[in-house]
Amino acid sequence: MFADYSMPELMSIFAMQGFAGLSLFSIFVLMALGLAIIFGQMGVINMAHGEFMILGAYTTYLTAGLFENVMPGLYGIYFFVAMFLAFIASALLGMLVEWLMIRHLYHRPLDTLLATWGLSLILQQAYRSIFGAREVGVSLPDWMMGSIAVTDLVEIPINGLIVMVLTLVIATLVYLLMFRSGWGRQVRAVVQNRPMAEAVGIDTGKVDRITFALGCGIAGVAGAAFTMIGSTGPTSGQLYIVDTFLVVVFGGAQSLLGTIASAFTISQAQSTMEFFLSGSMAKVLTLLVVVGILMLRPQGLFALKVRR
Amino acid sequence: MTRAKVTAPGLKRRLGWAGLLAWATLGLPGISAADDVNSTGLAVTEDTVKVGILHSITGTMAISETGSVQAEKLAIEQINAQGGVLGRKIEYIQEDGASDWPTFAEKARKLLVNDKVATVFGCWTSASRKAVLPVFEQYNGMLYYPTFYEGLEQSPNVIYTGQEATQQILASIDWVVKEKGAKTFYLLGSDYIWPRTSNKIARKHIEKKGLKVVGEEYYPLGHTQFNSVINKIKLRKPDVIFASVVGGSNVAFYKQLKAAGIDLTKEKPLLLTISVTEDEILGIGGENVEGAYASMKYFQSLDNPNNEAFVKAFKERWGDDIVIGDVTQAAYLGPWLWKAAVEKAGSFDVDKIREVFPGIELKTAPEGYVRIHENHHLWSKARIGQAQKDGQYKVVYETEDLMEPDPFPEGYK
Repeated sequence: MFADYSMPELMSIFAMQGFAGLSLFSIFVLMALGLAIIFGQMGVINMAHGEFMILGAYTTYLTAGLFENVMPGLYGIYFFVAMFLAFIASALLGMLVEWLMIRHLYHRPLDTLLATWGLSLILQQAYRSIFGAREVGVSLPDWMMGSIAVTDLVEIPINGLIVMVLTLVIATLVYLLMFRSGWGRQVRAVVQNRPMAEAVGIDTGKVDRITFALGCGIAGVAGAAFTMIGSTGPTSGQLYIVDTFLVVVFGGAQSLLGTIASAFTISQAQSTMEFFLSGSMAKVLTLLVVVGILMLRPQGLFALKVRR
Repeated sequence: MTRAKVTAPGLKRRLGWAGLLAWATLGLPGISAADDVNSTGLAVTEDTVKVGILHSITGTMAISETGSVQAEKLAIEQINAQGGVLGRKIEYIQEDGASDWPTFAEKARKLLVNDKVATVFGCWTSASRKAVLPVFEQYNGMLYYPTFYEGLEQSPNVIYTGQEATQQILASIDWVVKEKGAKTFYLLGSDYIWPRTSNKIARKHIEKKGLKVVGEEYYPLGHTQFNSVINKIKLRKPDVIFASVVGGSNVAFYKQLKAAGIDLTKEKPLLLTISVTEDEILGIGGENVEGAYASMKYFQSLDNPNNEAFVKAFKERWGDDIVIGDVTQAAYLGPWLWKAAVEKAGSFDVDKIREVFPGIELKTAPEGYVRIHENHHLWSKARIGQAQKDGQYKVVYETEDLMEPDPFPEGYK
């Protein structure tokens, strides 16, 4: 399989495939982080995660339209404003959903699964009624398209770099929030022992609401980032949800570090195999490996060690 | 058949409740007219005829099928404005296939058995067509199917108004070889029957010319990561990327192609697609697909009086910012072809219509001129357009003559 290529070509293959793997990794992390927070910290299986992402994507679409018509001079930076608005929109919707629906279902995990699935259908139809059934795309400012040519074979796409930086920033922020802030300490306390957390005066209802909103908000940012690589339609969220769950479950539901490790493993495996096999076969093999590992380690790559 | 001996229940079976009602209100002469034009109990009265429209208006396919529904409704309204079919106004019953193939079959049965519609315009994906096929054959209905598709099918109960695979592929490959000097091809598609069959036909045609296929690859529907295959394309340096990626994947593919530094306007490699119509470009963005070539039979920019009138009417009816793709135009042909066939047969009976199908022609088609072939597909021209920044195609080539539809090409029987 290497015989067809010359040595410099092989070097380029590895460089470019490595980069392709890294950008896939960033996307996986971005998708999975919000879900991991909600699933891992609250035990809620949020089937509507994809639709929260799409809300972020539509927010970006609207913002792009606004900048184009009202202040075309600032079009070059609209994306950062859009990302911020996407976070706010998805987080607010998340907060509302938590208050209306999720908080009544905390002790019934299977019912949250059904309820959030129903929510995803409602949201899909709502998007269809509001934005129409056709997919929409946003055009990126010129500086964000194109690539940096390293050699004549190796070219680094700029939007791939942006997604990577974005992922790094968000992962760092989440880390600081969860492990270096007072609020993060409260969240972890609630996860470990809810009655005790309540007893020491933590408002667990409020912690739940903000955690859920944070997870949804990150999904919104992920959705904004996806407008760079894909289109936005009412059902686009469904494309991402399977991969997202795969990453979270494979990583071990309760560990954010596990999510990152699992995103890295799956993305690198997939992009390497995609190069040597066909696209569909690579996906099949990746899924087989994941199934195999989960059979040996049902708790995922990283599991929280707690005495029970 | 002697009319005097027919008993009331027999009448009911033959005419349906609507016919019986017409008989009751108008008296016996009413039957004789209805009898000639409708001997199988379809929902036809003295001044109306019911037809079905069966597309997905919810679910993932709604994106693609909306245009077809709009085109069919427009055609029906225009026909009614001209006085209808055999003096009867067309009334449509619209059902939603909901992007779900069993639902399509169930709704098809409802339209044929309960509503007794004279004909159905509908379906979009091959999967939905395959699902309703047994229903149409069992109840002897007639379906007008608008999408370009893989061929390998010919049902007495379907008229295929889009291109079958050879019409779309052969002429376009001949063109890139002759005009652009293409020698090597990379075939890329979504992973299901249409791209796979299309690529099989393409590969055969390419290899028959002594040229080379340097890669053939499929990705799951909805796939959004094309970096690996783009890297492969860069390494193998094909002259032509032959793409049949569908749906949302298209957007990811073309955006990533551009981000990876492949500028399609430079035609190195040249990209030839059989799946991107003006509808898809709305999602992809004209600036990302500028320079690509598409092989279709219709482009919105076609310059002829029929098309000018069609585009104008379509925009007046459905809004100024709408675009019209290949399938939308093919869907528009359905009601008009049906009208022509009914009027030639002088009857709404499916069997009588089927007999007159071969040779039915439409001189007012937006794509120019079409004629129904014995094999229920259309004779039509193949065209190649180049995508422009504004999301429209510029027609750069069209076959001189109508291409004969060949749903069962050599080697696939």
